[in-house]
Amino acid sequence: MLQVNNIDVFYGNIHALKNVSLEVNEGEIVTLIGANGAGKSTLLKTLSGLLKPKQGTILYNMQQIAGKPAQMIVKNGIVQVPEGRRVFANMTVEENLELGAFLRKDREGIKKDLQHVFELFPRLEERRKQLSGTLSGGEQQMLAMGRAIMAKPKLLLLDEPSMGLAPLIVQQIFEIIQTINKEGTTILLVEQNAHMALSIADRAYVIETGKIVLSGTAKELKESDQVRAAYLGGM
Amino acid sequence: MDWLQQLINGISLGSIYALIALGYTMVYGIIKLINFAHGDVFMLGAFIGFFAITRWEMGFLPALIIAMVLCSMIGVIIERVAYKRLRNATRIAALTTAIGVSFLIEYTMIFFRGATPEAYPQVLPNKNINILGANISSQTILILIVTIILMILLQFIVHKTKIGKAMRAVSHDADAARLMGINVDNTISATFAIGSALAGAAGVIFGSYYTRIDPLMGVLPGLKAFIAAVLGGIGSIPGAMVGGFILGIVETIVSAVGYSLWRDAAAFVILILILILKPAGIFGKNIREKV
Repeated sequence: MLQVNNIDVFYGNIHALKNVSLEVNEGEIVTLIGANGAGKSTLLKTLSGLLKPKQGTILYNMQQIAGKPAQMIVKNGIVQVPEGRRVFANMTVEENLELGAFLRKDREGIKKDLQHVFELFPRLEERRKQLSGTLSGGEQQMLAMGRAIMAKPKLLLLDEPSMGLAPLIVQQIFEIIQTINKEGTTILLVEQNAHMALSIADRAYVIETGKIVLSGTAKELKESDQVRAAYLGGM
Repeated sequence: MDWLQQLINGISLGSIYALIALGYTMVYGIIKLINFAHGDVFMLGAFIGFFAITRWEMGFLPALIIAMVLCSMIGVIIERVAYKRLRNATRIAALTTAIGVSFLIEYTMIFFRGATPEAYPQVLPNKNINILGANISSQTILILIVTIILMILLQFIVHKTKIGKAMRAVSHDADAARLMGINVDNTISATFAIGSALAGAAGVIFGSYYTRIDPLMGVLPGLKAFIAAVLGGIGSIPGAMVGGFILGIVETIVSAVGYSLWRDAAAFVILILILILKPAGIFGKNIREKV
């Protein structure tokens, strides 16, 4: 479904991604784990069209999407839940969800998906008229995910959904990620919380200072000494 | 009931400031630029209305609409030609460019038609109506009605339409808006189009109310509208409206008590006071810079 081949991305003068390749197959949950500043968010921003790779190709369903405008990429079904949720705090929950469906024209489908989002996150329905800036961190994460679902993603990019949330909420969020995946959405999950990410993923990549240093099935990585020492705290 | 008369005069002057201030505040809200060329779009609107009325013999409303349409196009052209490429430049570079665009418009106008003022034809019925003992001209009331309709229209666009929601999203977080599939460039252009249309409308209204227009007429009302936007809280649409009305009323009161030479000074004193006491303005939030 998604093939990233040898991309190099620069942030000004900083060489943020070095010759990165990765692959996501339809129906999978793939996770990319790594420490702060390793280049995880840079990769997702590049996939979403916010950054342009200097070199390399990004193929989505065999079509080159590197450097295409962000709205084209969303239209094609790659939707991102950005790091730190980035909800529109000055708008209500409902308006945020409507903005998720910005490019869609099928009114009926939008209505149905709104209902579906409310089933996944009943909290959001209770607070639909509330300004999203007044929500708690966990609720904002739910809203950011609901907003992405409203775009009808085929490939959902999640950037650190567990960041700053209580363990119980993290548990909930990860259960919902699995539900979304079972409903047919492919998922690329970027996480620092390697333990949680590996527990739900099919395959995983480890990124360090802009380079992919390890890859394999989630099971393999969980048992790898290198990952255990660096990311799982020797558990 | 002299005070009622003055109050209504103040409100109608304020409504013109408010119309211009809306463009300042919307553009600032979306690209954090004080568009100092905005007052000159107001001037162009006044002249477009003038030509529509005198050359093409249009009435007030068609002239108003033509001025709004042409000004919105001018606004988009200014944005695309001058500001778009500076989107990632320093703010001071964009600000300097805005001042440059302002001079360019003013002196291009003078180059082509000279600096002599033009007398605006009488297009609105001018009868005095007696309300509660106050003599109020029918012009004042018509102007107020037109302004209020335009403001309601703006509120509708910003809150109920797709482009309005896109505008609010982009002004809050442009990258997050991109991730929704919102075309940020088009949204910024739409903001300039709407803001400039309101300035154009204000130009025609100003012309038919004060009857004298000239190529540098945009400077002072432009600055006043900027003060109004800061007073209300720059970036806030209701703030621009309220700020405009307050400024208009204060100026009228200052004139009415016999200090008409001081009315411009009063506006700038307000600016200084608001910057010292409450820089975020009446409706502004204290926004922490995000890290």
